[in-house]
Amino acid sequence: MNGSPLLTAALILGGLVTVSALLIWAERRLLGLWQDRYGPNRAGLFGIGHVLADMIKIFMKDDWIPPFADRVVFTLAPAIVMAAGLLAFAVVPLSPQIHVAADWNIALLFFLAVSSLAVYSVLLGGWASNSKYALLGALRASAQTIAYEVFMGLALMGIVAQAGTFSLTGIVEAQRDLWFIVPQLLGFMIFLVAALAETHRAPLDLPEAEHELTAGFHTEYSGMKFGMFFVGEYAGVALASAMLTTLFFGGWLAPFGLPEAPLLWFALKTAFFIVCFIWLRAALPRPRYDQLMSFGWKVLLPLSLVNVAVTGAVILWRS
Amino acid sequence: MSAVLDAPASDIAAELRQRFADAAPRPQPTFDGIPTLWVEASQLLAVLRHLKHGVVQPYLLLFDLTAIDERVRVHRDGQPASDFTVVYHLISLARNSDIRIKVALRGPAPSLPSITALWRNADWYEREVWDLFGIRFDGHPHLVRIMMPRTWEGHPLRKDHYARATEAERFGMDEAGMDREQAALKIDPAEWGMQTDGGDHDFMILNLGPNHPSVHGVFRIMLQLDGEEVVEAVPDIGYHHRGAEKMGERQSWHSYIPYTDRIDYLGGVMNNLPYLMAIEKMAGITVPARAQTIRVMLCEFFRITSHLLFYGTYAQDVGSMSPVFYMFVDRQKAYDVIEAITGFRMHPAWFRIGGVAADLPQGWERLVREFLDWMPKRLRDYEKMALKNTILRKRSIGIGAYDADEAIEWGVTGPNLRATGLAWDLRKARPYSGYENFDFEIPTGNNGDVYDRCLVRVEEIRQSLRIIEQCLKHMPSGDYKARHPLTTPPVKERTMQDIDTLIHHFLGVSWGPVMPPGETFGMVEGTKGLNGYYLVSDGGTGSYRTRIRTPSFPHLQQIPAMARGFMVADLIAIIASIDFVMADVDR
Repeated sequence: MNGSPLLTAALILGGLVTVSALLIWAERRLLGLWQDRYGPNRAGLFGIGHVLADMIKIFMKDDWIPPFADRVVFTLAPAIVMAAGLLAFAVVPLSPQIHVAADWNIALLFFLAVSSLAVYSVLLGGWASNSKYALLGALRASAQTIAYEVFMGLALMGIVAQAGTFSLTGIVEAQRDLWFIVPQLLGFMIFLVAALAETHRAPLDLPEAEHELTAGFHTEYSGMKFGMFFVGEYAGVALASAMLTTLFFGGWLAPFGLPEAPLLWFALKTAFFIVCFIWLRAALPRPRYDQLMSFGWKVLLPLSLVNVAVTGAVILWRS
Repeated sequence: MSAVLDAPASDIAAELRQRFADAAPRPQPTFDGIPTLWVEASQLLAVLRHLKHGVVQPYLLLFDLTAIDERVRVHRDGQPASDFTVVYHLISLARNSDIRIKVALRGPAPSLPSITALWRNADWYEREVWDLFGIRFDGHPHLVRIMMPRTWEGHPLRKDHYARATEAERFGMDEAGMDREQAALKIDPAEWGMQTDGGDHDFMILNLGPNHPSVHGVFRIMLQLDGEEVVEAVPDIGYHHRGAEKMGERQSWHSYIPYTDRIDYLGGVMNNLPYLMAIEKMAGITVPARAQTIRVMLCEFFRITSHLLFYGTYAQDVGSMSPVFYMFVDRQKAYDVIEAITGFRMHPAWFRIGGVAADLPQGWERLVREFLDWMPKRLRDYEKMALKNTILRKRSIGIGAYDADEAIEWGVTGPNLRATGLAWDLRKARPYSGYENFDFEIPTGNNGDVYDRCLVRVEEIRQSLRIIEQCLKHMPSGDYKARHPLTTPPVKERTMQDIDTLIHHFLGVSWGPVMPPGETFGMVEGTKGLNGYYLVSDGGTGSYRTRIRTPSFPHLQQIPAMARGFMVADLIAIIASIDFVMADVDR
């Protein structure tokens, strides 16, 4: 499909938005399953029609902008989160053929750069709302994202060193013999926590923290603007899962010598991590803001530095 | 009438008479046997200070502070002349006894000295009395309305204030009126001692509530924040005020029972019990053993459902979303049993004056047994899922801690008091309804922090299961209702045999029972703490004054003392650990 990159891009975009919307339903059903209740099961097969109904509802809703908000920034913020999430997918290789720019020699850096843009949406959204809860949420979000951004990148440097490339296609190819989850277990764990923090998913959903800040940074949002934050969050989950798959679990490569089926394996692995994200939400309580920050700076940052140092030492020793 | 007006023959009365010989407190007999003494307003502070600091085994707990509008009361035999009487109810846990101090006030705008310097929890009680009775307390730091809106005219618990909307002028709300009400809800931070200017930086004033996911109803806390740190907190209540006490004056003794269910709305029939125990003392009814045991069993069922809701919402408030769903499943299992017995789930209003509404249904043993078999395994699961979770422990250990002395100073009772390590449970200290026959323990904590408050409640669920098990094994046979003329509705079977029974039955069912004049008090160890009903009968078919002392009211007052210096997230954990419902606070 490399012949028509525009078509690929359009397909990936369309697919991603659809998957993100479906995730809303999937999460509700899975949470229901784990919480001894049904979840949405009325409309359509397995209740999948609820996605459609939700979409119609959210599009029809009054798109209200509070009179005390900064209109321009308030409108811009949800667009940023969507744009950042979708842009980052440009470098994710769904299979050796299906990707937009995964073989780019700065693909990984591009991912880190674009995904950290998402914090602007939260920060600007919270700030422009001109509301106290939104402001507190935005403050938490920016502190949390900056802190976890630092070692999110550092945690991946071990992989880059081992693969010898920033190209994601190259990184996947480098895992033909052994997935990076084995040599880079520490990096994986750090990246997982950082990804949770980056996507503001429970248990690290402090910027929203319903029980503390009502809805945090998007308290004042309604209608489709809220919907953009919502879908943006799920796009973030899908992105984080796709990156976990690509970086640590061999991307499209088949496991255990099973037959090659690149897109299928990629999809299955990504789905597995998406389910893990939802499962974590069902299972864990939320740490306190300062606990999260000190855990990041005092535990994860040194650990990721150790990881880089040890990986570098091993590579040097072997060569 | 077999009821006896007990004269207060305790040594504390004699001691006070000796100490204040020049203006000796006058005793008043009551049905509940609590020493009740009339004190001159000028002597009040001296007497209360003596009771708190001067006597051995002092009365440290200001249990209740309320008032009675005496202006249309007929039966006041032997009591000093009074238009408004302010009542102080103190408890000494060391003595395990109570004392009631009364002060007579005259005139339409009475006042007396504030005792806020003596007890910290007197603050809200005095504000409540000012709000509802219009009695001023000189020296109170901030005497403003607490239940009613600031724009309210009159004092609702006065006898000349209307009780129903149909007795009032037609209500209307125009644009200007709306603006006035809205403006009255605005906070002036300075009024509450909060600052916005912190020198080199500003403080944020944040309104947490009255509409917020974690305030368990309609409850507002005004916060002065430095970043996310709570510098000052001011709780604001009254949004759930329904005038339950005023309604008590309009209902018959019998028809008020359903209202009590809705005070601590998670406590169900447990709310009926203190009210009925107070009435039964007044009527001189001895409740049969079977009825008592049925009452105990249902109360413990409701203790379990209430504690389960606490457990779930507590986990939810620290961000753990799943436990509450599992616990709702368990609660439904308990409600299945309750429904089979009473015909209703949350508010059965099933206890009656002199017993319960009906005998246990056939096959109740199997239902109760099923629940007893179901619960312990679930509790073990929750322990792994919630209590042992590192994040949850880090969120709650060492947060919002206080010791037993502080707790008593604030009027804290129930599990929140026992979490400090003080093993004081009314069911053991003053067994009622046959609790002396049961074998159970009083769970206590060590640190009085958020985590211990949760641990105590979880262990109480286990103890409640033990009590229910004993009810199941040793349910006495016999009547489920007392054979007494004031039992309501009375036992029917002999009505067609003799005219005396028929007359009593007819009057008891049509008018409702007529209670002898006097004052009485009933108290239980409720789901959230000590829950008491102080009833004044003027010899009629209904109460002259119904005072409901609820545990949650003083508990909320303590929030600022617990929350200062902690983060907003800790404040949420603290609120969750108190276990309150606003209906129980505002009444």
